[in-house]
Amino acid sequence: MSLGDHVPTLQVLDPGGQRTDAGALPGELRHLRTLTPAHLIAMYRIMVRTRAVDAEATALQRRGELGLWASCLGQEAAQVGSAHALAPADYAFPSYREHGVVLARGIDPAAIVRLFRGVDHGGWDAAAHRCHTYTLVVGGHVLHAVGYAMGAVLTGRDGTGAPTDEAVLVYLGDGAMAQGHVAEALVFAASYQAPVVFFVQNNGWAISTPTRAHARAPFARRGEGFAIPGRRVDGNDALACFAATAAALADARAGRGPAIVEAVTYRMAPHTTADDPTRYRDAAEERRWATRDPVARLEKHLRGIGAVDDSSAAQIGAEAAEVAIRMRDACLALGPPQMEDLFARVYATEHQQVSAESAAWASRRVSHGAR
Amino acid sequence: MGVQAFVLPDPGEGLTQAVIAAWRVAPGEDVTVNQVLVEVETAKSLVELPSPWTGKVVALAAAVGDTVPVGAPLIHIDAPDDAALPTATGVDGAHKPVLAKPPVRALAKHLGIDVATVRPSGPGGIVTREDVLAANVEQSPGHLAAYPGDDAPWLTGGTVARDGRSTRVPVRSVRRRTAEAMVTSAFTAPHVTVFRTVDMTRTMELVKRLREDREFADARVTPLLIVAKALLLAVRRHPEINASWDDEAQEIIYKHYVNLGIAAQTARGLMVPNIKDAHRLTLHELALGLGELTAAARAGSTTAHAMADGTITITNIGVFGIDTGTPILSPGEAAILAFGAVEPRPWVHGGQVEPRDVTELALSFDHRLVDGALGSVVLSDVARILTDPAQGLVWS
Repeated sequence: MSLGDHVPTLQVLDPGGQRTDAGALPGELRHLRTLTPAHLIAMYRIMVRTRAVDAEATALQRRGELGLWASCLGQEAAQVGSAHALAPADYAFPSYREHGVVLARGIDPAAIVRLFRGVDHGGWDAAAHRCHTYTLVVGGHVLHAVGYAMGAVLTGRDGTGAPTDEAVLVYLGDGAMAQGHVAEALVFAASYQAPVVFFVQNNGWAISTPTRAHARAPFARRGEGFAIPGRRVDGNDALACFAATAAALADARAGRGPAIVEAVTYRMAPHTTADDPTRYRDAAEERRWATRDPVARLEKHLRGIGAVDDSSAAQIGAEAAEVAIRMRDACLALGPPQMEDLFARVYATEHQQVSAESAAWASRRVSHGAR
Repeated sequence: MGVQAFVLPDPGEGLTQAVIAAWRVAPGEDVTVNQVLVEVETAKSLVELPSPWTGKVVALAAAVGDTVPVGAPLIHIDAPDDAALPTATGVDGAHKPVLAKPPVRALAKHLGIDVATVRPSGPGGIVTREDVLAANVEQSPGHLAAYPGDDAPWLTGGTVARDGRSTRVPVRSVRRRTAEAMVTSAFTAPHVTVFRTVDMTRTMELVKRLREDREFADARVTPLLIVAKALLLAVRRHPEINASWDDEAQEIIYKHYVNLGIAAQTARGLMVPNIKDAHRLTLHELALGLGELTAAARAGSTTAHAMADGTITITNIGVFGIDTGTPILSPGEAAILAFGAVEPRPWVHGGQVEPRDVTELALSFDHRLVDGALGSVVLSDVARILTDPAQGLVWS
């Protein structure tokens, strides 16, 4: 028997920046039509900012200021395009590479580097930004996201038709799709018809394992056995990522259950700063994907429709560089983590055992003179 | 701000060094923040390191091909910019707390090293794992466990204390089992030991004759063989000695078989394998059984089966030149016979003082089930046979 590899891939912007909505499904088309040039410029601005922040963080790691950095270079369209589809009430669950999503949710990039500098475990108020903190356990947060979405079902926060209806957008990669707990998450999402969209950034490589080694069929089809519909999009096309995600989130909010969006993209950088991809993939592949740069594609389109010119593009670039420098300065100004914070963030409210441990620490600190 | 040293950061996860692959700047050159200074190759990858400062390169601290440890200077840059970051400086002053990560502290504790005495090499004066290991090498077991004039330590393992005055060796396998068996036995069975000095001269003559006997050509005849046979004969006459106390059931188990245990000192420690159904064996078969048991113990191939279900034991402490002692019972057994060294001694024989081959026998027994009378007659019977092996003909 053969399953084949044939699923349609939604592309709205071709590599030359030409837009065609012909491949979009009606639900996707409806969302595409809401996009104004101002929306596109906002997306582009976040994408450029993401790239600048990403480059600066990589440099900070190389200077010994961060313990590690996971670059999102090449995945800006997938992240920012999809995040643009989030409604204010929706909740995003990033993995550890979704810097574009975090910036799109209005979070200060300086908050991201706190984790990678070892200052704290998160860096931002997840509830306030409706964006969970990073999870380093591959796919671990997918269960959290589904659990959160099940909570929405159980408390009637989806499918009411009111603007307060919410959906969850969880980001995972091709590697995470091979995790057993992600399969469990799909089971629960389908069983509860939870309002959750699995946004799978298929960037070609699970560290050094190519996607084809562990996924014999497109991830867009992974949901078939779970009765979860799937859609494949060009992950380097911000508009395609937006359209498919927006349609899926709208269905989820309306109580029509979960969906998978597979964004085919490419991790142009190493897995993390501790990785050397030249050991397992060839330069020709990297060059091929460099011609499909997602930021350049949206910029071509914006220039084509006259929404951006040399001067505004330069201004957006300069502003992104400033954001990156502010993040660098904020990073270097970060002091060592305070032990007290460890106790302060275990429970939302005071907890007897944690309070006792905190007090014990305080008295130890006095007697030992430790920092 | 002045001249700053850019030290090699850990460019990966937990890397300790890197090799300079290529310099991208030269002394005298102006650099800006994030301008690539150098390419280094680590165990994981080839990476470009950017400048933390804007300024002028003063000097390169390493050449292409050099291996540089993490934390060592790579390049000196004159950075007038106020915004330049301060470099990590070493922690000085005795009152500062020692900086070390918990696993490193645990390692130091395990090695018996006070982290405060370790010279730190990590950034900011952190004591690293390598520092602790280096401190440990300074007082290696090989150096400390040897007595003055010895080339090698007499202990092959263990952890030498920081002051070099003792070595701690974890209790493992045979040593642990021996300890458990001894404690169990010594503190559950009330031990009584009785002694008998024996003129072994005739036994030694028998041993000599048997060694020349063709039937025993394939066996090793030793005084222990005759002692074993003597004990078996004594057990035959007083089978109550071959028994076990079952505390849980409040019963005494009398055995109709003798699995004769022989305490053996092996390379792995004390073991007590036994000769199965020794009561059925002829003297020749018993000699072969003893030979096999000893050979296995020497080769370290004593099996668990061989050590299981012993019923009574002989410990041949004579091989160490010892006269006698008070042996501790093998757990579950009611008696153990200690056989001392056989030596010529002045002895009253036929009304005259003569040099005779004399030994000491000691029998420890479990006083819960063996009374003094029983223990005494058993030892006395053994002694009678050793004094005159012909007595065995009468009793067998």
